Amino acid sequence: MDHMDAEIAKTQEERRKMEEVAMLTSVTFDADLYGGGPDRFEGYERSIPVTDEEEEADGDRRDIARRMASYTGPKSLNELPRGSEGEDDSGFKKPQRIIDREDDYRRRRLQRIISPERNDPFATGEATPDPTVRTYADVMREQALQRQKEELLKEIAKKKEEEKSKAATEPAPAAQKRRNRWDQSQEPDGGAAKKAKTSSVASDWDAPDSTPGIGRWDATPTPGRVADATPSVSRRNRWDETPTPGRLVDADATPAAGGVTPGATPAGMTWDATPKLAGLATPTPKRQRSRWDETPATMGSATPLPGAVTPAASFTPGVTPVGGVDLATPTPGAINLRGAMTPEQYNLLRWERDIEERNRPLTDEELDAMFPQEGYKILDPPASYVPIRTPARKLLATPTPLGTPLYAIPEENRGQQFDIPKEAPGGLPFMKQEDYQYFGALLNEEEEEQLSPEEQKERKIMKLLLKVKNGTPPQRKTALRQLTDKAREFGAGPLFNKILPLLMQPTLEDQERHLLVKVIDRVLYKLDELVRPFVHKILVVIEPLLIDEDYYARVEGREIISNLSKAAGLATMIAAMRPDIDNIDEYVRNTTARAFSVVASALGIPALLPFLKAVCQSKKSWQARHTGIKIVQQIAILMGCAVLPHLRSLVEIIEHGLSDENQKVRTITALSLAALAEAAAPYGIESFDSVLKPLWKGIRSHRGKVLAAFLKAIGFIIPLMDAVYASYYTKEVMIILIREFQSPDEEMKKIVLKVVKQCVSTEGVEADYIRNDILPEFFRNFWVRRMALDRRNYKQLVDTTVEIANKVGVADIVGRIVEDLKDESEPYRRMVMETIEKVVANLGASDIDARLEELLIDGILYAFQEQTSDDANVMLNGFGAVVNALGQRVKPYLPQICGTIKWRLNNKSAKVRQQAADLIARIAIVMKQCKEEQLMGHLGVVLYEYLGEEYPEVLGSILGALKAIVNVIGMTKMTPPIKDLLPRLTPILKNRHEKVQENCIDLVGRIADRGAEFVPAREWMRICFELLEMLKAHKKGIRRATVNTFGYIAKAIGPQDVLATLLNNLKVQERQNRVCTTVAIAIVAETCSPFTVLPALMNEYRVPELNVQNGVLKSLSFLFEYIGEMGKDYIYAVTPLLEDALMDRDLVHRQTAASAVKHMALGVAGLGCEDALVHLLNYVWPNIFETSPHVINAVMEAIEGMRVALGAAVILNYCLQGLFHPARKVREVYWKIYNSLYIGSQDALVAAYPTLEDETNNVYSRPELVMFI
Amino acid sequence: MDLKASDRFNINSQLEHLQAKYVGTGHADLSRFEWAVNIQRDSYASYIGHYPILAYFAVAENESIGRERYNFMQKMLLPCGLPPEREED
Repeated sequence: MDHMDAEIAKTQEERRKMEEVAMLTSVTFDADLYGGGPDRFEGYERSIPVTDEEEEADGDRRDIARRMASYTGPKSLNELPRGSEGEDDSGFKKPQRIIDREDDYRRRRLQRIISPERNDPFATGEATPDPTVRTYADVMREQALQRQKEELLKEIAKKKEEEKSKAATEPAPAAQKRRNRWDQSQEPDGGAAKKAKTSSVASDWDAPDSTPGIGRWDATPTPGRVADATPSVSRRNRWDETPTPGRLVDADATPAAGGVTPGATPAGMTWDATPKLAGLATPTPKRQRSRWDETPATMGSATPLPGAVTPAASFTPGVTPVGGVDLATPTPGAINLRGAMTPEQYNLLRWERDIEERNRPLTDEELDAMFPQEGYKILDPPASYVPIRTPARKLLATPTPLGTPLYAIPEENRGQQFDIPKEAPGGLPFMKQEDYQYFGALLNEEEEEQLSPEEQKERKIMKLLLKVKNGTPPQRKTALRQLTDKAREFGAGPLFNKILPLLMQPTLEDQERHLLVKVIDRVLYKLDELVRPFVHKILVVIEPLLIDEDYYARVEGREIISNLSKAAGLATMIAAMRPDIDNIDEYVRNTTARAFSVVASALGIPALLPFLKAVCQSKKSWQARHTGIKIVQQIAILMGCAVLPHLRSLVEIIEHGLSDENQKVRTITALSLAALAEAAAPYGIESFDSVLKPLWKGIRSHRGKVLAAFLKAIGFIIPLMDAVYASYYTKEVMIILIREFQSPDEEMKKIVLKVVKQCVSTEGVEADYIRNDILPEFFRNFWVRRMALDRRNYKQLVDTTVEIANKVGVADIVGRIVEDLKDESEPYRRMVMETIEKVVANLGASDIDARLEELLIDGILYAFQEQTSDDANVMLNGFGAVVNALGQRVKPYLPQICGTIKWRLNNKSAKVRQQAADLIARIAIVMKQCKEEQLMGHLGVVLYEYLGEEYPEVLGSILGALKAIVNVIGMTKMTPPIKDLLPRLTPILKNRHEKVQENCIDLVGRIADRGAEFVPAREWMRICFELLEMLKAHKKGIRRATVNTFGYIAKAIGPQDVLATLLNNLKVQERQNRVCTTVAIAIVAETCSPFTVLPALMNEYRVPELNVQNGVLKSLSFLFEYIGEMGKDYIYAVTPLLEDALMDRDLVHRQTAASAVKHMALGVAGLGCEDALVHLLNYVWPNIFETSPHVINAVMEAIEGMRVALGAAVILNYCLQGLFHPARKVREVYWKIYNSLYIGSQDALVAAYPTLEDETNNVYSRPELVMFI
Repeated sequence: MDLKASDRFNINSQLEHLQAKYVGTGHADLSRFEWAVNIQRDSYASYIGHYPILAYFAVAENESIGRERYNFMQKMLLPCGLPPEREED
């Protein structure tokens, strides 16, 4: 009876949980279950929004990006540590387990069950399906049964609830009593601390399983699903179980495990007796599952448990683990180790067991063996001795090991796993702990020949899968190919029976999942219609991907389902998913709806329409209608404007849902309409005609969640309307909206804000109306401190206010909030600042009058000075935007602003200093506009004094500020004078911090460009040496700035010295450095005319060193690229050098020379240098047979360059010799050249084609060309 | 070995793509006839495309320009006559 009670209580709780999930609110988070303290899910979204899709779009992007292992390119540039030393893990993240970043809701995927395959009516044809095969009817019947059962349980629970409320007058512990007998017994004698402990332990087990509705009946449990350990097992009914040969660790599959299964444990032993001892005994795991169903299933599924040292549990089903948690009193460590175990824990346990084994009482035989035969005598026990008989004591006593009582040399069991992972045979990749239960069989080194062909096939599949999952990339590649090629040979059944359980493995990592999903995708493609019986199985595994937080996982999931539906066909897909549509579990319905939308996008919406129509009108259950309508919503979200052709039919299908009796159906209908309108925008208003009336009636009659959804729908429909209608409807809805301004519900607030934004931005709504009717209430209700605390509210409010400002102008909005810049709450001030920034940046500051301007500057200064938080950008941007918008009007305030800046530049906090410097950079232009040059000069001096800054971030900002000042006031007026400033910068060039380098080189480059004469040449040479180091920088921008600076310096002090420095640098080893040097040489040549550089450069070619010579050639190549047609004066000068290079043995010589020839030819095309070019072409041409890709590319490009410079006819003549050469290799190359020639100048070739002789039947000549007048 | 095969496949597929895009491009197994056909067609296309040339031919042949254009277009169909019998090899 007690047992029953517990079960009912649990069901109730589950119900309640599920209801909660289904509601609009987010799921509450069980703090007990995951630890209340500093929680590792901090900052995570605890639930995915079940209804509100756009949250995904606006809110969590940043979050998701942060917690995902994958990141986009540009972002990684910002985040990756670039330091050259001490970064050992740069760029690499530890493989991340999926389960670690999942929330409760997503984790429910693990509770789903891979159902057995189903009948494929297409394959069987007319024949009646074998009774053993599950048909659609079976599945539907089971589903119905499940529903009935669920309802019945609900009923019972309700009754119990009533009884309970009746009995509420009785003392409270009733609730706990229902939970577990043990708790109760502990209460009297256990200490308070003990109680606390137990209750926290208890939570593990009492945690309500939020999915009561998993179809346990048709279960093929997946090994490794920890979820099986949840108490809901109790409801499992073994009579309905379909035993499948594949499952080994199943709960009921091993009822015959001998007398050791707990079910068969003598009642007198532990379970009933312990309570007396509860105060002393270590808290034992409390579980509500029925004892009869008890099996080691949970243990088998977890990683190595003490009892289950034999991972063989998975392949030796008969062996029940010995000495496990269920049998002996669990050793303290064993209690909470249901999940994965750390190696330390495992070792500890092993050690403990070892000690116990040694400390057990010695037997007579052992004693006989130990002692000499004579001189000893066995005494009778004293009369007073009574052996311990009480079970309670017995519990405390060292447990008698159930295994061998004696030490024996262990049987050699090859299959056994020891704590060191065994070397996998046959070149298999490393197996992780969790993999043993799937791949353990591979470790059995039995003779392959002894296995049946079926088993061999299974082995083969397992091997390949293991290689895909854990192997090296080449292993993986070949394994994947084999799996694909042999897919039909292996057959769908064996393949999916191996792959799918792996995907349900709780410890799966992103990468592994990706690979396995890829396997499915490939295999699907090959198997085609053979997958039909497995469609549902696959869906169970793949559907969770559709709600994964990783974008790529979602895309992958969609792709698989789309391929699956193409392979299996619409009918099979519908048959597979239909039963899930009114599943009692919201999770299942949610994922099914999403999967259906993918099917719709794969097979076309029209194909699905009849089905959708039927589902949405289902009389049987509201769940079916709800899911049907949700499918429409998902289709809209997934397909976007592609719904337009079917918009009317989709709206018609769901419109009746607006007046459904069930509130949830009404809500989802409104949300679906919103999604459809959003997808259709800005078209399709006529399709929504039929729902306008119910929607408008709805917003008057509904309250709460439904109203929110209705408002959302209206918010998306209004922008589709004509201006006149939009204005009318806006005024209608605004009454309700204004009423709801006061709603305390967060969700409602967000929706109201969004709708206001949408209404305000439509054309027909006039500024006056907004100003008079909306603004007062809007500001009164929303512009409050509380709104700044929630990030999403904050964003939405700022967006909406900016949108309103676009209509009513700056002055109105800024005037209303400007006072709040001095509010005492910092987040609120920040929100105000951000709004002002956006409004002012959008609309300028011309509307702002003198009084407001004063208030604004005052407020901004206050907010800027009072900020304490780290996120300084909002204040900085706001300040910059306002000052820039006001322009010259800031003049009176500049002294005050500069005072603040100066004060903050001297602040203790580095952040503050950095921000102050950044601010100078932003307002420098305005200061110039205000003619405050003296002030700027002063700031320049101040900044100059701070160049000793030690924080690189701050130093970078200070340099940036100096640069801004130098830029606006010019070199001559700069204070400190350039001649003082630059020497101070030279040592800073040594700084390795990227930001410092970038700002410093920019500043130095600027000075070299504009004010080089202020600095002595010696200083510039010194800088040149420093700059060489900068060429090593990782950031391209820095290298580019450096190279340009060389040019400026060379221009200022003449090229000779700079060139000498650069040419010397060609000898260094590092490639990047040399490449940059060659670029710098080319730039110097460009800025100072080539004749100043070429002699020295060509002279350098005589140095018998590969690097130097190549460097020279590369410089020439860049040089000719940069100087373009100026090259015609130098082409004869460099030709001998290029001749030599093109004949060099070294490939790189020829390659680089060829690219120099290319640039040269392109530069001098049409300038009368054909003689030299033909000469060079004769040197280039023999290289056409090179095979190295770089070389051949360079050669081909050189020939292309020649085509441009010499004309296609010349190159064609070179080509003709080889087009019909007897050697194919030769022909191939020549045709390749011909083809590029042909593509480049097809028309020009017409005049140059050779004259071909006519043959007997064929005319090849072109008589037209010989016509002459 | 494997790599080479895929590599070759790759280049071939590139060539196919090229030929799909530019009909006149050739390859190592192109016969004299096929090349000549390409040349002829390119030539006629070029004559038609350059109006002065077309006018020149019209004067030389004492035909109207339109007739001349029509003739050239007709000739593009089988510019070199029927293809020769493929030699079995």
